[in-house]
Amino acid sequence: MVKKITTNKKNHNEIIKAESKNLNFFYADGTQALNGVTLPVYENKITALIGPSGCGKSTFLRCFNRMHDLYPGNRYDGQIILQPDNTNILSDGVDPIEVRMRISMVFQKPNPFPKSIYENVAYGLRVRGESNKRTLDEKVEEALKGASLWSEVKDRLQDLAFNLSGGQQQRLCIARALATEPEIMLFDEPTSALDPIATMNIEELMSELKQKLSILIVTHNMQQAARISDYTAYMYLGKLVEFDATNQIFTNPSKKETEDYITGKFG
Amino acid sequence: MTIQKKPAANKNLDSIRKTIANHKRHDFIFASLGTLVIASLTITLLILFLDLVIDGYPRFNLDFFSNFPSRRAARAGILSAWIGSSLVLLVTFFVAVPLGITSGVYLEEYAKKNWFSDLIEINVSNLAGVPSIIYGLLALGLFVYSFGLGQSILTAGLTLALLMLPIVIVSTREAIRSIPVHIREAAYAVGATKWQVCRNHVIPYSYGGILTGVIIGMARAIGETAPVITIGALTFIAFLPPSPIGLEPPFLNFEWLESGFTVLPIQMFNWISRPQHAFHINAAATGAVIIMLTLLMNGFAIKLRYNIRKKIKW
Amino acid sequence: MNSETDLIISPRLAKNFRRNLMERIIEFGLLCSGLVAIFITLAIVYVLVSEAIPFFQHVSIKDFLTDTVWTPNYSIKHYGILPLISGTLTTTGIALIVAVPLGTITAIYLSEFASHKVREIIKPILELLVGVPTVVFGYFALMLVTPMLQKIYPDLTTFNMLGPGIVMGIMIVPYIASVAEDSMRAVPMSMREGAYAMGATRFQTAIRVITPAAISGIVAAYILAISRAVGETMIVAIAAGQQPNFTFNPVESAATITSYIVSVALGDLEHDGIGYQSIFAAGLTLLIMTLLINILGHAVRKKYAERY
Repeated sequence: MVKKITTNKKNHNEIIKAESKNLNFFYADGTQALNGVTLPVYENKITALIGPSGCGKSTFLRCFNRMHDLYPGNRYDGQIILQPDNTNILSDGVDPIEVRMRISMVFQKPNPFPKSIYENVAYGLRVRGESNKRTLDEKVEEALKGASLWSEVKDRLQDLAFNLSGGQQQRLCIARALATEPEIMLFDEPTSALDPIATMNIEELMSELKQKLSILIVTHNMQQAARISDYTAYMYLGKLVEFDATNQIFTNPSKKETEDYITGKFG
Repeated sequence: MTIQKKPAANKNLDSIRKTIANHKRHDFIFASLGTLVIASLTITLLILFLDLVIDGYPRFNLDFFSNFPSRRAARAGILSAWIGSSLVLLVTFFVAVPLGITSGVYLEEYAKKNWFSDLIEINVSNLAGVPSIIYGLLALGLFVYSFGLGQSILTAGLTLALLMLPIVIVSTREAIRSIPVHIREAAYAVGATKWQVCRNHVIPYSYGGILTGVIIGMARAIGETAPVITIGALTFIAFLPPSPIGLEPPFLNFEWLESGFTVLPIQMFNWISRPQHAFHINAAATGAVIIMLTLLMNGFAIKLRYNIRKKIKW
Repeated sequence: MNSETDLIISPRLAKNFRRNLMERIIEFGLLCSGLVAIFITLAIVYVLVSEAIPFFQHVSIKDFLTDTVWTPNYSIKHYGILPLISGTLTTTGIALIVAVPLGTITAIYLSEFASHKVREIIKPILELLVGVPTVVFGYFALMLVTPMLQKIYPDLTTFNMLGPGIVMGIMIVPYIASVAEDSMRAVPMSMREGAYAMGATRFQTAIRVITPAAISGIVAAYILAISRAVGETMIVAIAAGQQPNFTFNPVESAATITSYIVSVALGDLEHDGIGYQSIFAAGLTLLIMTLLINILGHAVRKKYAERY
């Protein structure tokens, strides 16, 4: 029953929040972007996905919140099991909307809506039917605090989100994602468009956030992965090459390909 | 040998120089021609406008706007015409805009790319090229007789709405297309359904582009004559349709929809078709009013589109 | 391949029936809107054909296409469409003689010669010209252009085809100019740079490089112009007289298919008389002509389309 898959038989004694099992993914034009990827996402930990461009890490990330459904023709093959439901979120019987309400995403380039700061954060709640002003106010404040943005914007919640700096906008996007109290947060190269100070702020934020939820982050920046993640997965050409605790991967990787990438011999 | 080459080389250089000078002259001639043509076009627009204003000048007074047409040219006014135009356009707006926007939203956001959506697209672009008088014939057979709506404001409004529809659909689609993908993805990522994304994001962000198309469509509808004549708008009416707004409850009524009517361009057509020169003055004055309206509306739409393009802040 | 995790869907992740139903209803509503375009096309064909059929039961197609007199509303009735077609073709022809050169020159100038500022000013002016209602152009034709022509050729009657033809041409110039110009601007800069680098002038580049590359769009512009001219009504109705007249002589008055329909609609007609049906027969002819022109345009564009 268990197919030959790449590795991660080491039991890390963690609670599994979600895991992919033998996940393949095909784009509408037929190209296969993921090949038998089996990977756990541990609860309250930060898992980083690294690898050269085109290795499939963003594609893999976007499977978790069914983003690929938006573009007709894409096909998932395999499973992503979410706990505690023990359900494959890729199956036909699952509503992608429900998935997205529990697994949220922060994108590479900050993409706040052209609305006010308040409305940006409140949107996730509104689509759920929440309309009570007091509840919205409370949750917006909570989310903004969780994103370390509250003190900077509390006096101008009705201002347009575009008036914020790049780093602030990204934190706003994080607040927007937090407002719905997700169980997993997906970060797709969240700091690649930001300056070092903004990057540092967001990295600190992520370390705080992991106490409440689980984080899966795609990053081009190996040093960032080494800094903040607990577990790291190295992917290449749609396959998972190696997965292990971060300090293991970076100090003593078991595969040569991993070592070559990490030491910069290629990539 | 080198000495022999020199004169030949010089001769070549000369003829090359001549050729270049020739080509430059052609270039200059064409550039001048182009400038001339463009200047003439601009001047033509001006002449059109001024001609109407000058010819119609004797009629530019308040009476012109508040009189009914009459057999005495000097006393004939456009009251019934501009009220008729306003009422007809009201119907046109409330039919064409919702229909056009929802149609555009469906085609851009919901329709899957297959033969069926291709068919709809072909139809929309075909309809944009159908002569306006054919819409008049359609309305005559269908609205006036088959549906029994008669030669009324409602019929005229529906007819012009059909004419305006392709414009609204195309502007809606283009406005939607200019919304960047990542805004949509952000909305979906937060758990919004397709309709929520459309209603809360896609449509509101497209208002500017849609408005531009609507204004251009309405400007066209004001000036359309052929289809409205075909459905039987009256050309000489000395009465007004019943008012939509009344003083007693229920304050709004719909009798005006069934009324006979006339519109500005038909009034102008009626006056210009008469042999007496005095009526031609009226026609000019009406024309001045119409062209002023269309120039203002089109000018506004152009400025609006320019502003939108400059303001892109994605 | 396995199993239980596929079959057992936790209720928190299962599809929400009510929400999905709402979405389906909305999608259906929008679909109905989307279908309107198809309905309109079908309705046009239906109305024209269903009213033209009784007409053709009364008039043979042969007579319709070959008789050179059109008098459905006189006591001696003739039903030859040729006079209307000749009127349409003549006015369209004159319009094209005016519009094609002027429009093409404008397009080439705007695309290859004009500075950015000039383009920014002229393109809106062209758009404003497009927005001028045709009644106004009709007034212009009757009150300004015909008198001017009469100064040159005093025997010109008040109603003729030359005046409206010329004005129609002026009206069409912006259509040709803007479609052709768009198509020329779409030619990549690299082609121009190649030509300039060899020492070509702007004129040479425009004529020898850009125009051939953009030919499919330019032809599309011409087809659009023909279509527009054939369908034009008011300019001719006002300035060409409304008497059907089988002639290609521009100084005579005549009627086109479109102006005939208008002249009938202005009068009173019984709903089921042959006069009423004749306008639908005329309309059907017009529709077929426009369709053929558009199909021709499509075919020509496909043939000459360039891929950069």
